[in-house]
Amino acid sequence: MSANLRPVTGFDVEAIRRDFPILHQQVNGKPLVYLDNAASSQHPRSVIEAISSYYERDHANVHRGVHALSQRATDAFEGARDVIRRFINAADTKEIIYTRGTTEAVNLVAQSFLRPTLKAGDEVLISALEHHANIVPWQLVCEQTGAKLKVIPIDDRGVVDFAAFEKLIGPQTKLLALAHVSNALGTIVPVAKYIAVAKRHGVPVLLDGAQAIPHTRVDVRALDCDFYCFSAHKMLGPTGFGVLYGRKALLEKMPPWQGGGDMILTVTFEKSTFNQLPWKFEAGTPHIAGAVGLAAAIEYLEGIGMDRIAAYEHELLTYATERLSKIPGLRIVGTAPEKAAVISFVFDDIHPHDIGTIVDTEGVAIRTGHHCAMPVMDFFKIPATARASFSFYNTFEEIDRLAAALEHTRRVLGG
Amino acid sequence: MDLKDLYRDVIVDHNRNPRNFGKLEPADARADGHNPLCGDRLTVYAKLDGEQISDVKFEGSGCAISVASASLLTEAVKGKTRAEVQALFDDVHALLTQHDANVDLSKLGKLAALSGVREFPARVKCASLCWHTLNAALDSQAEPVSTE
Repeated sequence: MSANLRPVTGFDVEAIRRDFPILHQQVNGKPLVYLDNAASSQHPRSVIEAISSYYERDHANVHRGVHALSQRATDAFEGARDVIRRFINAADTKEIIYTRGTTEAVNLVAQSFLRPTLKAGDEVLISALEHHANIVPWQLVCEQTGAKLKVIPIDDRGVVDFAAFEKLIGPQTKLLALAHVSNALGTIVPVAKYIAVAKRHGVPVLLDGAQAIPHTRVDVRALDCDFYCFSAHKMLGPTGFGVLYGRKALLEKMPPWQGGGDMILTVTFEKSTFNQLPWKFEAGTPHIAGAVGLAAAIEYLEGIGMDRIAAYEHELLTYATERLSKIPGLRIVGTAPEKAAVISFVFDDIHPHDIGTIVDTEGVAIRTGHHCAMPVMDFFKIPATARASFSFYNTFEEIDRLAAALEHTRRVLGG
Repeated sequence: MDLKDLYRDVIVDHNRNPRNFGKLEPADARADGHNPLCGDRLTVYAKLDGEQISDVKFEGSGCAISVASASLLTEAVKGKTRAEVQALFDDVHALLTQHDANVDLSKLGKLAALSGVREFPARVKCASLCWHTLNAALDSQAEPVSTE
């Protein structure tokens, strides 16, 4: 199928691509095809300019100085909190906790929300789809408290087993922690029905939204989740910055996680009193430019519209699935009925690292390995997959380039 | 960066048809190598006759570079003493990592086909895993080896 025959949702992808300077370069003598968006997305010029403008004009430490720059930096930093609040429809900016990313957000909940009350006999429930960041923090808190980590199985499409979940959840369950979208397979987990069941059992719910938030509209109040974690760098923002959304009533009861500056009101050697939300959880000088960059990224995403982004990416997924399925010997791993624009695959008996190296020489950037989801690889009895993950700045032609690079891979390895 | 430098005919051949592939039982020495990020995993077995490696085999799975490198290793070290293996390892290591390596390629035989790997730094760990694993086997090391 010729790429330009595809019906596209009136989406001017060429105009969008002009906003992303990094996309316009040659890699190994070929135009770059960047299909590693699930690992980290690229930045539109508006995000890069917001960050550099902050450093060129406004930088100072926040929350402290009475001088003009400190005030401007504080305004930008706290203004970003409201941009983020609106983007996920949280009720209050106090519910937006800045972190270093999804991983730190999950660790914060494990150590501050669960650890003080978790005890032997209690359980934390996750799914077999999770990224290591939504496994290991729970393992650590279980080791610290004697609680158990329970895992909802998945089926051979990469769909979480809802019936098994209903049997696993119970009065011993102290938290349900689920990926909203699987990074390794692209499965969109129908979290609403999981949350509904958890609510009936009085079990709080954390969603790992790192892979969902770049691709779909997230409304934390409609979802009715208790915690939602995400990273700026998966959604056009900078690395080293992310967000924990938490329901205010829960956050208020949680003790501080890390101690230091900014999170206190008064300090004496006998006792310190702690700042209010959200700063109670933000010890030390934060990544101010991270907040500025994320706010600019959200404004860019909203300028296009999350619904249009989701629709276009779905067309990319549909086309790529059809196109790659036609390559003899290629098997897609993860065939859930609802997927984000991620295709994990194995190709004959060619090791994914060979695929990654060879398609890179054709200018095509994909991810290979276990994608920080070793239990998912174990389930499918494979050491690794190759993964192409798409963003709204990718094109149908780029999918054709990937397919051609895969055909080339087989030729190089003598297949 | 030329792909043909990495995937030379010798490499492609040894990946598709690895030599000395399988278990060696009983073995005087064995060790496991595992690069968890890649998923490369192999076991190297050796039979020893005094200081000399009288037989060597490997099994496992991995990328073309790791499998071909292990296959080439088995051909190269059979019949060699430990000291000769160490000298060979030093040469291969220099070949894999240094552009200005002062290595006599004629002494390396087919192992010279690995010289293209140095243009692909991310893949050096694939080619060197089997060598570190053989060393661990000869040193009777129980812990699995990794080059990541």
